[in-house]
Amino acid sequence: MPETDLLWMSLLVFLPAGFAAGLLLFPSRWVEAMRWWALFGTAGTLSVSLCVLVGYYNMLDRQQDRSGRPLHSVHTRLDARADQAASDAARDVPRYLADDWVARRPWIDRFDVDFALGVDGISLPLAVLTALVTFLAVVASWKIDRSVRGYLALVLLLETGVLGAFLALDFFLFYVFYEVMLLPMYVLIGLWGGGRRRYAALKFVLYTLLGSVGLLVALIGLYSANVRDFVDQDEVKTKATMLQKATPGLTAEEALTRVEVHTFDFVTLSKVGRAVMLVLNGQADRLAVKPKTTARDEPTGADGKQVQLLSPGVDRAAAIDRLRAQAVCTKEFQYLMFVLLFAGFAVKVPIVPLHSWLPDAHVEAPTPISMILAGVLLKLGGYGLIRVAFPVCPWAANELAWWVGLIGVIGIVYGAFVAMGQTDFKKLLAYSSVSHMGFVVLGLAAWSAGSGSKYWEWGVSGALFQMVAHGITASALFFIVGVVYDRAHHRDLNKFGGLYEPMPLYSGLSAVLFFASMGLPGLCGFFGEFTVFMAAWSYSPALAVPAVLSVILTAGYLLWAWQRVYFGTNPGTKTFPDLSPREAAVLIPFALLAIALGVWPNLVMSWMEPSVGGWVANMAALKP
Amino acid sequence: MLTPSNIDALQTALGSDLLLFLPELVVAGGVVFLLLCRLVKALDRSHLGGVAVAVLGVALLVAVVGVREAAGSAAVSTPYFAGMLISDPFSAFVRTLLLAAALLTVLLTLLTGIPDRDDSGDFYALLLGGTLGMMLMTAANHLMLVFIAVEMASLPSYALAGFLKGRRQGSEAALKYVVFGAGASGVMLYGISLLAGTFGTGYLPNLASAVAARMGAAGGFDPLLLTGLTLVFVGLGFKLAAVPFHFWCPDVFEGAAAEVAGFLSVASKAAAVALTARLLLTLQAAGSTMGASPASPWLLPGTVGLGVGIAGAVTVTFGNLAAFGQTNLKRLLAYSTIAHAGYMLLGVAVLTPAAASAVLYYLVAYLLMNLGAFAVVALVRNATGAEDLAAYRGLVWRSPVLAVTMALFLFSLLGFPPLAGFAGKFQVFAAVYDAGKGASGAGRPDLGTAFYALFAVGAVNTAISAYYYLRVVRAMILDAPGSTVSSPKSGAVDPVPVSPDLGPANSGPATPYAASVYLTVLAALLVAAGVVWNPITAATDRAAAAFVPAVRVPGPNAGGAAQR
Repeated sequence: MPETDLLWMSLLVFLPAGFAAGLLLFPSRWVEAMRWWALFGTAGTLSVSLCVLVGYYNMLDRQQDRSGRPLHSVHTRLDARADQAASDAARDVPRYLADDWVARRPWIDRFDVDFALGVDGISLPLAVLTALVTFLAVVASWKIDRSVRGYLALVLLLETGVLGAFLALDFFLFYVFYEVMLLPMYVLIGLWGGGRRRYAALKFVLYTLLGSVGLLVALIGLYSANVRDFVDQDEVKTKATMLQKATPGLTAEEALTRVEVHTFDFVTLSKVGRAVMLVLNGQADRLAVKPKTTARDEPTGADGKQVQLLSPGVDRAAAIDRLRAQAVCTKEFQYLMFVLLFAGFAVKVPIVPLHSWLPDAHVEAPTPISMILAGVLLKLGGYGLIRVAFPVCPWAANELAWWVGLIGVIGIVYGAFVAMGQTDFKKLLAYSSVSHMGFVVLGLAAWSAGSGSKYWEWGVSGALFQMVAHGITASALFFIVGVVYDRAHHRDLNKFGGLYEPMPLYSGLSAVLFFASMGLPGLCGFFGEFTVFMAAWSYSPALAVPAVLSVILTAGYLLWAWQRVYFGTNPGTKTFPDLSPREAAVLIPFALLAIALGVWPNLVMSWMEPSVGGWVANMAALKP
Repeated sequence: MLTPSNIDALQTALGSDLLLFLPELVVAGGVVFLLLCRLVKALDRSHLGGVAVAVLGVALLVAVVGVREAAGSAAVSTPYFAGMLISDPFSAFVRTLLLAAALLTVLLTLLTGIPDRDDSGDFYALLLGGTLGMMLMTAANHLMLVFIAVEMASLPSYALAGFLKGRRQGSEAALKYVVFGAGASGVMLYGISLLAGTFGTGYLPNLASAVAARMGAAGGFDPLLLTGLTLVFVGLGFKLAAVPFHFWCPDVFEGAAAEVAGFLSVASKAAAVALTARLLLTLQAAGSTMGASPASPWLLPGTVGLGVGIAGAVTVTFGNLAAFGQTNLKRLLAYSTIAHAGYMLLGVAVLTPAAASAVLYYLVAYLLMNLGAFAVVALVRNATGAEDLAAYRGLVWRSPVLAVTMALFLFSLLGFPPLAGFAGKFQVFAAVYDAGKGASGAGRPDLGTAFYALFAVGAVNTAISAYYYLRVVRAMILDAPGSTVSSPKSGAVDPVPVSPDLGPANSGPATPYAASVYLTVLAALLVAAGVVWNPITAATDRAAAAFVPAVRVPGPNAGGAAQR
């Protein structure tokens, strides 16, 4: 009997793939029916994602923290839920109606890979965003008329890959989904794209593939760590008995000492990473064992100095010795893993200098694919940094934080400058994406601790909020380009102008989204950038100042573009019709969301922040 | 020496021995039957593919049932025929794989119409004969039988390579293959005689203990041993098409029919990998149990293993780089085959049972994806008469099934999850990494670094191989149909038009349908084997357990096996 949350999350991930398979049954002449079918599928996925959101919010809301606030209980944090689920699994506790939104099933025994899905405030906003953007992208795809079946099937498959990557709690599963979405994207750009589509598609795949080889190496490297002191001890005992059975002449004690546990689980790997950070910083004495009772109190120890990472029932001294003896507990290993992970995700974000695939891919991709690419795929890079690179290798992340921040700032400033020089509308937006995603990196890197950990929390939640906001504005702006391209059949900024007159609705909605992208207060772009600035300032003014100044650049290129496209008079554009109802149906939700999130960031922050807070608390406690 | 008591013992053993040998007997019977068919007019006139399918099907059934029994009876190794052959889970697994490869090849030939009716008897007799030789390679337990089996697998292959009569390229390929093969087997025979002469035995377990003892005493190689082993590996390297003994491979694959090339690339390679793994792991098992010093488990991986690993690294790099410039699909796939042999050698080189299990998984995936790729090449050849990249331009518009399945095969070769090729590659890489970790942990950091380097070479190669696989995908899916292709008249409507003179029964649209089903089944299996690992890893683990040393030493295999 499967758990209900497992059912919901699996449905969310595989529903698009199911609809893609369904497309194959349509007779090839029923093109319109296929479109509606795909629309229905993405709408269904969006509904399921909202159901998961409601379920998750309920779960948060039911528990209160020590001071009686709802939503902030430590027991609803991802790692607490995952630990509880793991120990329940080890004791075979039935969980038919579980609603902890963490579910795992054994998948590949040989490598202890689990089919593990879970949501928290970090992954869920991005998952909902994915479902929304894909839905609107399918609406925007109505004009695609070349092999519609293949196109829609690939879009749906892509959605499954992205949602799976966001929901995966197992590194291996994450990697599989991460790769699954690469191929649909390759074909979508390469087959339905513009003139240089084949070049752009190949470039996209080669860059991403190089990144994912880095991930693969890190995957195998991290798997080699022996995590026996960080998982439920009942599981270790079970493994020891199995080992004893398999090896004749082995006593129970020997088996228990010899048993090794390896895992791809993000939560466990992160615990190992944090323990390693303490050991490498010479603070092994702060490493503590979790109390056996599932006490309903805050998990930090009595004096606030202890970091409880080891599982209940572990011999602390032996565990630290075992950890020290491992390759994972060396500086070289941590540096190497962090660099591999960072580079792997940096390609996706994209971070300068690994960004050069992005302008090409954006320019050549058809409009709906650009929307998905900018709105969703880039977020996977940022999500990977938050979910994998930083928590799994915190020591190296801390050592290199300033440099990471510097890379982010370079991306912000460089992207803005290059965007200013573009005459191609889509290229301008592509470079503005590079610039905006730099804020995500900067926010993550603003690593400070102690009294400053509040600032870092701002930085991380700002980074996450920025990802959501950028997902909305960037998708919408690419659609805006698509609309005008459908009418003008070019994207040259210098040849536009005067669009305001024939297309007032279009121009009005564009204005909202342009200003949202610029970071105007009251619209969704402001909040994320502002909190990132706050965090960056408290971390290092040297990084914050150029980032803040780049706002002027951003305003400059966006306003200039706005002016060139919409103002003035232009006889060439006089006859353009205003938005069709279908086009309006795509843009209006984006514009409404941009306003809603700008006026009331709590719409997302209220359930996003507790998870971010937990994430930061875990990491910030590592610094003395 | 045949004393009466010896003969008695042989006779009592014969019954059970023949039972173990049943799949081989079925195949041998099939060869004889196919040859006899030539004498009967009615049979001589008919296409004998059905007979081959029946023979291989029965053999496969018998082999699978045998595997089941072996699984039930605690997976014992039984030497039989006076120790010439060995029946263990490893040989049973690879034997099943070989029979499946042969069966799939025969089914493919039925779909593509090569061979035609006149030659079918000879063709299938050769194919079955080659399969028999390969099955013996996997079970050989004596150096003499190693040689005989290699020859038995090679000779039919030579003839098969040149089977397309009247094609200069085919004859040239066959001749090149023969010359290379003769040279390589001569060298191998020399190595075998050196080893057998030095140690006074060709029986592998005894030989392995003797080698281990001698190496332990000398603390490494002496020239004689080194020469003997190297020469044996030259012969195996030829079968594997490992650099620098790979020169025949692209030419032979280009000259031979795609079906034959597919069979050679899959079955022949599987048998060669299995034989190499058996030789090395038997040596390793003997070496690690013999050793008194803690270093002895690492003696062999640090010498022979490292050599094989370096050969594998060179092979995989060379194969991938050479494939970059190819425009003929069969040549491209030939170089890709060389590269894949290199990946498998990387896995074999670390000499752990875990790695052997990973290599077996790789073989399963490789069977499906490589045979599938060659099947598509054969079908496209039937439709367009061309085998170069230009013929694949815009294939997706002419025949979506061919293009999509080919894309899946190629992505699997590239190692994309969730396809079986990724599963195999991942396990091999993980095993190599694990061995590196084990070596570093056991006081051999130099060896550990070397294994890590092998791992890195494999990973980098995966990335660079993307380029040429994607080139084919790009031609098939992204390019517009080229004008250079002699496109069939009804190409836009008819998915896979088969040129009428090649079709077995001239059945028109029925063949493409069957071909689509064939390819779809292969692709579905490929996805299934990439998603559902557990049953296959259970089988490969059981097969590789044949090489776990009887007494457990915390040696190179401790890391991999101890966690379960």
